[in-house]
Amino acid sequence: MNIEALIASTFDGLMLGFVFGLMAMGLTLIFGVMKVINLGHGPFIVMGMFAVLVMNQNFGINPYLGLVVVILLGLATGIVVYFVSLHRVINSPELTTLLATFAVNMMLIGALTIVFSTSPRGLDISLGSLQFGKVTILGTRVMAVAIAIAVTIALYFFLYRTRQGKSIRAVANNRGAAELMGINSTWMLALSFGIGTMLAMISGALLATMFSFTVLSGGGLETKSFVIVVLGGLGNPTGALFGGIIIGLLESMTTIFMPVSWVPVLEFVVFILILLVRPNGIFGAR
Amino acid sequence: MSKLFRLMWIGMVLGMLVLAACAPAPTPAPTAAPPTAAPKPTEAPKPAETKKLVLGFTASQTGAQQVASKKQIEGLQLWLDDVKTQGGIKTKSGVIYMPEMKFYDDESKTDRVQALYTKLILEDKVDFLLSPYSSTLVKAAAVVSEQNDKVMITAGAADDATMEQGFKKTFQLYTPASRYLTGAADALKKFVPSAKKVAIIYEKDSFSTSVANALQPYAKSIGFEVVLFEGYDTGSTDFAPFINKIVATNPDAILGGGHFADGTTFAKQLFEKKVPVPFVSLLVAPPEPTFKDIGDAAVGIIGPSQWEPQVTYSADSAKAANMAYYGPNNKAFVDAYVAKYKEAPSYHSAGGYAQGLVLQKAIEDADGVDPAKIVAALDKFNLMTFYGVIKFSTDAKTHGKQDAHTMVYMQWQKDSAGKLVTQIVWPLEAKSADPVLRK
Repeated sequence: MNIEALIASTFDGLMLGFVFGLMAMGLTLIFGVMKVINLGHGPFIVMGMFAVLVMNQNFGINPYLGLVVVILLGLATGIVVYFVSLHRVINSPELTTLLATFAVNMMLIGALTIVFSTSPRGLDISLGSLQFGKVTILGTRVMAVAIAIAVTIALYFFLYRTRQGKSIRAVANNRGAAELMGINSTWMLALSFGIGTMLAMISGALLATMFSFTVLSGGGLETKSFVIVVLGGLGNPTGALFGGIIIGLLESMTTIFMPVSWVPVLEFVVFILILLVRPNGIFGAR
Repeated sequence: MSKLFRLMWIGMVLGMLVLAACAPAPTPAPTAAPPTAAPKPTEAPKPAETKKLVLGFTASQTGAQQVASKKQIEGLQLWLDDVKTQGGIKTKSGVIYMPEMKFYDDESKTDRVQALYTKLILEDKVDFLLSPYSSTLVKAAAVVSEQNDKVMITAGAADDATMEQGFKKTFQLYTPASRYLTGAADALKKFVPSAKKVAIIYEKDSFSTSVANALQPYAKSIGFEVVLFEGYDTGSTDFAPFINKIVATNPDAILGGGHFADGTTFAKQLFEKKVPVPFVSLLVAPPEPTFKDIGDAAVGIIGPSQWEPQVTYSADSAKAANMAYYGPNNKAFVDAYVAKYKEAPSYHSAGGYAQGLVLQKAIEDADGVDPAKIVAALDKFNLMTFYGVIKFSTDAKTHGKQDAHTMVYMQWQKDSAGKLVTQIVWPLEAKSADPVLRK
């Protein structure tokens, strides 16, 4: 076993894990607040990717500066999608909301395919690298980690230190009681869906600075998000972050020991084991 | 009148009749020539019969194969333009065939190829088929084509297995996958004499797996140790852990790859991680002109190519090799392509043009479009074109497989002005520059 390769993979996995965690936080937040499994999560990630691509290639905007637009776009998109597809069925059985978000998934993929086709795309961006022996740390990954941490801190500040954040947590806790306290639960649900979408799009934008992508890239990332959410605990954003780090490390480090094409199989074995042994996830559901 | 007198009278009359019959025919008196009529105008030669010839295929206008497929179609379109300028495909029997294309977008998907080739054959009733780009899609098209007994010329498909199924009417232009990277191993031996270890990595699709499976025993046979032999899933974008694994084996060379998207991403990530392997040869991506979009990451990357603009196939080299030459010379093709599309052709473009050229030659040799005669004509091929030598296997199991065409190996280098350009570095007899090793 080559120690240097293992160390290099640990760094790569850790950095990627932060972005995976951010990606899954959006999904788990939506589930935690409104008990909706958002099957539109993948296309939202892809929307973030193409948003920075369009801004960079058509307007010359740096992808990191373009994140401001991605944040606003994500919020607005999430709120609109909530009112259009979920608001009327939010109190319906879970299958109904699942189908509603599945419909959103299909529509978004169809629309994105029409506009962008399924051809591979990539952002031409480099922030240099740091080298320590055989370990190379890429600038784009360091930046992605920094942004993921900053967004996570901002999210926690919002949820625990602002009125709207506390209102969202109150609605997640008990919608009826929250309404009795004068909280407009409909808008809080819409806002939380918007924040979840925003987190998905930010993670998509960060992933676009690291890898090439297509309109169909969201499928695999959405599946990965589900694994992370279950691993970390349904509805637990902290759990999602750490779950993402665990998956990132797992993917990178196990590649050293086994054929790379076995890694997705291993991920799903872990998924099944968690469901069997700790159905509430490692960090517990919220 | 007495009886005697009557007899004498009858005899005189009879005698006169006999004399009249025996007299020579009088020479006709010269008659005046009839007035000369205006000479009848010479009838114009009957115009040659012109027939439409519909060539059907699918193109990957969207999806993973879009880049290469577009180049292939551009090459084919250029051939079509040239044929129309020449007045069509002319046969000895006087029939002129005017080709036109009929194609659909297969979205780089196998199931679309199957459905669309069925449509081309049964609904559109095309005369001949040309292939899509990529071995996976061609494999699907070939099954439909053979089932419906249609002649198909393939470009963009090098997979050996597809052409080892006993096909009767499918003809492969590309050098087969089994011969794709063996030259790279030879070049490694020459350029890096101290090299001992190679890592073979490949996309887990039909074509790339064929290349890798043929390369591994060949590399071992010429003295290399294969320190890593591993495939990655189609659609992979994060090669960082995989590259760490490759680096851990300390190879002197990395050979393999897949198609354009993953090859480009892999080359870029190799560069970002500053992998100090001096010799890297990847499939499909490097010969594509847009490979240079990855900037300095392209420098030193070698790619096997079915054809490059610098190749020297010509009528003279055909004569020296004692074979016929057909079609435009290399410079004419390159100049025409650049004039039309404002960018250099890739080997995909050359393959597209060659598809049409080969069919044209077969129609001329067969003096028509009878499929059996076309097949017979193609079976007899042993000629040189701007694209290289073309000869098809006539063995029952491998019928139609490309027997003679060989790869050249190109490398991205910086010219004196610092601009990224391609050079042919192998085989030595075809090289346009010495190789550069990656640092």
